[in-house]
Amino acid sequence: MAECPVCALEIEFAEDTIEGELIECDDCGTELEVISLDPDVVEEAPETDEDWGQ
Amino acid sequence: MKVGFLHSLIRVEEKLLLAEFRRRSADVEMLDDRNLIFDLEHCPRPDVVLERCINHARAVYSLKLLENAGIRCINSSSVAAVCGDKIDTSIALDRFGVAQPRIRVAYSQESALNAIEQIGYPAILKPVVGSWGRLLSKVNDREAAEAILEHKETLGSYQHSIFYIQEYIEKKGRDIRSFVVGDDCIAAIYRESQHWITNTARGAVASNCPVTDEIAIISLAAARAVGGGILAVDLFESNRGLLVNEVNYTMEFRNSIEPTGVNIPEKIVEFVISGNG
Repeated sequence: MAECPVCALEIEFAEDTIEGELIECDDCGTELEVISLDPDVVEEAPETDEDWGQ
Repeated sequence: MKVGFLHSLIRVEEKLLLAEFRRRSADVEMLDDRNLIFDLEHCPRPDVVLERCINHARAVYSLKLLENAGIRCINSSSVAAVCGDKIDTSIALDRFGVAQPRIRVAYSQESALNAIEQIGYPAILKPVVGSWGRLLSKVNDREAAEAILEHKETLGSYQHSIFYIQEYIEKKGRDIRSFVVGDDCIAAIYRESQHWITNTARGAVASNCPVTDEIAIISLAAARAVGGGILAVDLFESNRGLLVNEVNYTMEFRNSIEPTGVNIPEKIVEFVISGNG
């Protein structure tokens, strides 16, 4: 289980979760990046940069 | 065939694409732009690279470096460079005679103010590089124009003093996004919003838009103008017919699969693997 760095919610990854994936904390709504699957680690996702987009 | 998957954060689109590659048992090498180190002699050596970066600058430079190593990239660096810069996009569309809103480009507050008055109010001010509807301004009168231009020049980086001014098109609450993969316009959506900015990233709602001949023709023409590949074309309906607003080279499609019924990631992966890109 990973822990949300903002609200400390214990987060269980879905089976198909991959490193680098963006997920949202169910409790506080913070956008998180999956940093590691072994052990399960998430961090707050990076802030949007000026040249982000599609 | 080994497919390089050039990415940074893994969004819904990237997960869908990776699932599609996996379904086809494709050999995928993940290339996270945050971890890559390029030099001119050594770089990753997949047969083809699908670019899915979130940063425009990283995408363009990575694609240039990969192409320099002889690797086929989708989309190409030149397509990314053109689509990521609104002035370059306008030039490409103009060169190929593709209809677009009238624009002006100016570099000082005074000339930009004159350019806005040439275009007429309301006018749209856009950053040359940017996406998701960020920092767009609808300038309704001279006082607003003076304030916005001064703020952009004073508070922004040098790029914000390159003023890209676009004619405002009354689009009656919606625009069209079409999806081009190679020589096919595979789907289109309406993006509807009460707000004049109709990006789905800003809350616009997507619904199916039948791909008419007019939509297909102008979408494919816009795609060809910027160099072709996998592209999303934003269209305005106007009394002059359809106009191309923007062409996107790392297109987002999560909200477009369900309303259109088109498996967009499948079409993209087919195109990458087929070697037609």
